[in-house]
Amino acid sequence: MSQTQQTSATFINVGERTNVTGSAMFKRLILEGDYETALDVARQQVENGAQIIDINMDEAMLDSEAAMERFLNLIASEPDISRVPIMIDSSKWSVIEAGLKCVQGKAIVNSISLKEGEAPFLHQASLIKRYGAATVVMAFDEVGQADTQARKFEICQRSYKLLTEKLGFPPEDIIFDPNIFAVATGIDEHNNYAVDFIEATRQIRQQLPHCHVSGGLSNISFSFRGNNPVREAMHSVFLFHAIKAGMDMGIVNAGQLEVYDEIPKELRDAVEDVILNRHPEATDKLLAIAPNYQGDGKAAVKENMEWREQPVNKRLEHALVKGITDFIVEDTEEARQLADKPLHVIEGPLMDGMNVVGDLFGEGKMFLPQVVKSARVMKKAVAYLEPFIELEKEASNTNGKILLATVKGDVHDIGKNIVGVVLQCNNYEIIDLGVMVPAAKILQVAKEENVDMIGLSGLITPSLDEMVHVAKEMQRLNFSLPLLIGGATTSKAHTAVKIEQNYSSPVVYVPNASRAVGVCQKLLSDEHRPAYVEQLQKEYDVVREQHARKKPRSRPVSLEKARANGFECDWQVYQPPVPKRLGVTAVSVSIKELVPYIDWTPFFLTWSLAGKYPRILDDEIVGQEARKLFDDAQNTLNTLIKQDLLKAKGVMGLFPANRVGDDLEIYSDETRQSIIHRACHLRQQTEKPKGFNYCLSDYVAPKSSQVADYIGAFAVTAGIGEDELAQSFIDDGDDYNGIMIKAIADRLAEAFAEYLHEKVRKEIWGFAPQESLSNDELIREKYQGIRPAPGYAACPEHTEKQVIWDLLDAQNATGMKLTESYAMWPGASVSGWYFSHPDARYFAVAQIQQDQLEDYAQRKHWSVEEATKWLAPNLG
Amino acid sequence: MSDATTTFKSLAEQRILILDGAMGTMIQKHQLEEDDYRGERFADWHCDVKGNNDLLVLSQPKIIYDIHCEYLQAGADIIETNTFNATTISMADYDMQSLAKEINVVAAQLAKKAANEFTQQNPDKPRFVAGVLGPTNRTASISPDVNDPGMRNVHFDQLVEAYKEATLGLIEGGADFILIETIFDTLNAKAAAFAVDVVFEQLGITLPVMISGTITDASGRTLSGQTAEAFYYSLRHINPISFGLNCALGPDLLRQYVEEISDKAECLVSAHPNAGLPNEFGEYDMDGDEMASHIQEWAQSGLVNIVGGCCGSTPEHIAAIAKAVESLAPRIPAQPDNKMRLSGLEPFVH
Repeated sequence: MSQTQQTSATFINVGERTNVTGSAMFKRLILEGDYETALDVARQQVENGAQIIDINMDEAMLDSEAAMERFLNLIASEPDISRVPIMIDSSKWSVIEAGLKCVQGKAIVNSISLKEGEAPFLHQASLIKRYGAATVVMAFDEVGQADTQARKFEICQRSYKLLTEKLGFPPEDIIFDPNIFAVATGIDEHNNYAVDFIEATRQIRQQLPHCHVSGGLSNISFSFRGNNPVREAMHSVFLFHAIKAGMDMGIVNAGQLEVYDEIPKELRDAVEDVILNRHPEATDKLLAIAPNYQGDGKAAVKENMEWREQPVNKRLEHALVKGITDFIVEDTEEARQLADKPLHVIEGPLMDGMNVVGDLFGEGKMFLPQVVKSARVMKKAVAYLEPFIELEKEASNTNGKILLATVKGDVHDIGKNIVGVVLQCNNYEIIDLGVMVPAAKILQVAKEENVDMIGLSGLITPSLDEMVHVAKEMQRLNFSLPLLIGGATTSKAHTAVKIEQNYSSPVVYVPNASRAVGVCQKLLSDEHRPAYVEQLQKEYDVVREQHARKKPRSRPVSLEKARANGFECDWQVYQPPVPKRLGVTAVSVSIKELVPYIDWTPFFLTWSLAGKYPRILDDEIVGQEARKLFDDAQNTLNTLIKQDLLKAKGVMGLFPANRVGDDLEIYSDETRQSIIHRACHLRQQTEKPKGFNYCLSDYVAPKSSQVADYIGAFAVTAGIGEDELAQSFIDDGDDYNGIMIKAIADRLAEAFAEYLHEKVRKEIWGFAPQESLSNDELIREKYQGIRPAPGYAACPEHTEKQVIWDLLDAQNATGMKLTESYAMWPGASVSGWYFSHPDARYFAVAQIQQDQLEDYAQRKHWSVEEATKWLAPNLG
Repeated sequence: MSDATTTFKSLAEQRILILDGAMGTMIQKHQLEEDDYRGERFADWHCDVKGNNDLLVLSQPKIIYDIHCEYLQAGADIIETNTFNATTISMADYDMQSLAKEINVVAAQLAKKAANEFTQQNPDKPRFVAGVLGPTNRTASISPDVNDPGMRNVHFDQLVEAYKEATLGLIEGGADFILIETIFDTLNAKAAAFAVDVVFEQLGITLPVMISGTITDASGRTLSGQTAEAFYYSLRHINPISFGLNCALGPDLLRQYVEEISDKAECLVSAHPNAGLPNEFGEYDMDGDEMASHIQEWAQSGLVNIVGGCCGSTPEHIAAIAKAVESLAPRIPAQPDNKMRLSGLEPFVH
């Protein structure tokens, strides 16, 4: 099910490129009848983040009604475009109406106004209501277009009253466009246009409830055509103030907006004087400096030189915001000499700079990789100051002290490290106990260090139980510190149902790093904590209630019934492929060979940048940061390869095997007499009216069929050396590269698994010698056979990794180890099974029933309690 | 507001209301042949009419009337007119466009007569007639030609004309509500809603409008691609008295989408699922008790205000459902914030 696009953002972007009056290219495509390419223009906008697309066919040479109808009909057949709402844009009512007859969704009309008087205005509005659309209303009446604040508001108020009182038009479906006009035109009467818009916006939003305000941004800078840096600066300064006043929509080319805080100060001040009409010479002054910023790049170079001229505190801030370490030691030294005490440098300029970073991050103006780079600068500065502070023996004032740990049995720490960095950026002192930390140690250190809060992290499912354990221990030992829960397998539901009730002080699920700061602030504030805790309680109650009421979507069936509906294959007809090479094979491969197999998309996700690679590199919003991050990753990869810092090792094996019940018997040789290991698998146990109740074992021929079949296993790592290398960066204050190493190692491990699987298919098992797939096709798993990993959906029970380890003697062959929770060390590791059957596919075992739990316990020689522990995520 | 509307609204606050079950399934049981469909009046019609179920209100009114009575006997508060295909557009299959209006009038009269009789017998349980506007056999937002995605075989304006005529007929025949149902293309339904609004304005009256869409498969979307929530936002402007889903899926599969609408809708929520999915013989296997147990759980979870059955359901199903939800409280409508709720295929709220 898709998620509703709930805009928490105060401002939404309307895509403007599918407009024949605004885009020469789009106009040419439509005039030439090349609708296919015109559709690509629409698609790109949606991919680039337009939340609504504006479509305009107002062109004298065109049958606009027919063009609107044809284009909208075509869009309706393109789900990746038509998923977003449409804005039907025309100055001709007949074109708007033609458009309204083609859209099944709720659209926006752009626009109507009182230009021709009340009667046509009301007529059109009543039709819009009947067609079921929202509408833009221009501040335009019988007299003309409104230019002053008073006129803008007066017309909007009159329109609002007519619409809501005469027609019962929903106020939330009215979007006012109070006209953005060009400023700095040289005509004095125009100087206040931006202020008029901004102030009218404020008045509209305050006095006309629930309505919205929008506008076409590019008009404002019309007089600076040809000077894009100045235009972009004007747009961003204007938006900055207009959004604050309540402008909540706009037709904007988001890719061409400069970040407000990053506009060179001289330019920004000059632009701000113009926009806000702060003095009579504002236009002249902007005109005077504008040529300095003309053209691309020049201004940027100039700026780079310039920031070094600023006072030291500003230089420190700039270095922190931009993540520049080049001058940080000399600047810190200069600041130290100016300060009374070295500590004051941290508490003063450095913290001020980090606060700016924190604010920008909170406002979505900076992205995670930038913040982590800022932290690197901060740590360098602090490291420089530490010896001086030691001399004076002072403790610094922080917002609070937080202990972070990845729980016992789990080795994954990228997410935890990112949370740590973000919190440090916000002046929290972090005590990071690292990975595989037992509960006793966590609690002991928490007491000794007198921390304010504990944060637990974990990636694999058994870690969930360990977190419950820590919570119970905290209760037993009378702790009252807030407990934060985070990591990939954690969830609000699990926290509410399983953890929170075991501990009487606040337990908070933190979904991602950017939320951590807000949570900590509230929990450590005497003022906000009670209300926050109460609100959490309520939320958890709701979640618990929902969970209790939740019934499986499909009904459960008995294990017996599920087995009777297992995947079927005619084993008398189907011939399983015989491996070219049986037994265990050690594999070594250079990092360089793995690079082409990397799937980069998850790498960006690790850094909280969402989007598919390679498209993400051109994303309007995060594209620039994604590109920088990607470049850094390439550099790191090159260094790793050149200096041979990271090693990849793996082992795999193919064995004769047959199915017995839901287990696989794995034999020492083709005689199939001696069972060396038994792999246990789980079966789906919900009603499948149309399909099978899958179990991985079904993909292997049953013993009773007397057909010779085989199974494969593998364990690979690309993380030999990752911990030491990452730690050396972290010790050096460089969390950015510390996290980078681990994120890359993770990708390389996955790439290794993909590489080896291909080798198995083509050579070692050899059932697809001719296979030739691109990396993209590999990522989309377009090949025969699967490689499911224990701990994931198709074989969710983690202890089965031990069978793989034993089969392959993996620890001796590769150095990879299993923890007591069966997490793999090093973290950048992948293990799994190979199945060759052409119909084999991935599935999720999901919820199982008591009968299978008991059956599985028996097969594993476990007590039911033991089985319950390991299968907890698959039990209701 | 008409008396029927006022009564209906106050009833809906007190309990879960029952809609009837399938008409087609009940007609099938009579195993009618070509001659039965023709009756006396159409004995010489120039093409085959077997399968034109809506025509039966003219050629076999007794059969339709009796089916209405069976559902009323089973406990239905609302019965649906036998007019699923009674538009000029769908009737073209039998060259019977000119009969569309008459079928709507007579169908509404038949249903109203049955409903009135039951109301008179037991005034404490008033019965209502929902005049059905079906989806037609054409789609305004999907191309019939894979090679030309911009093509359409029906236009919004044509749908509006067809629906206006049908609506006029239903109102003339005495329908208490208009029910736009089995919507698989939202644009068709928007045309129906547009037509209904125009007719109301023409006649100077307003009847409550019920909306019911169809999620075609496990993708959770309508045939024209919208999610349930996006679909709701596309039709919310006509202030429906109820909004819900019917057909295509059995109650087990339909539940999550009913829940999605239940979360959002300011109006009553209706659901009339099929009696399961058809088996290999095209028959529906889910019996009344099983269907009722699903719907009972929906009611317990506070998801629904109006429940009934679609394909495969019979008076037995409706009686079981009525019994199962008898003592359960109706859903309390959602009260969402005042926000602009737009949609493409997906919802967008700002």
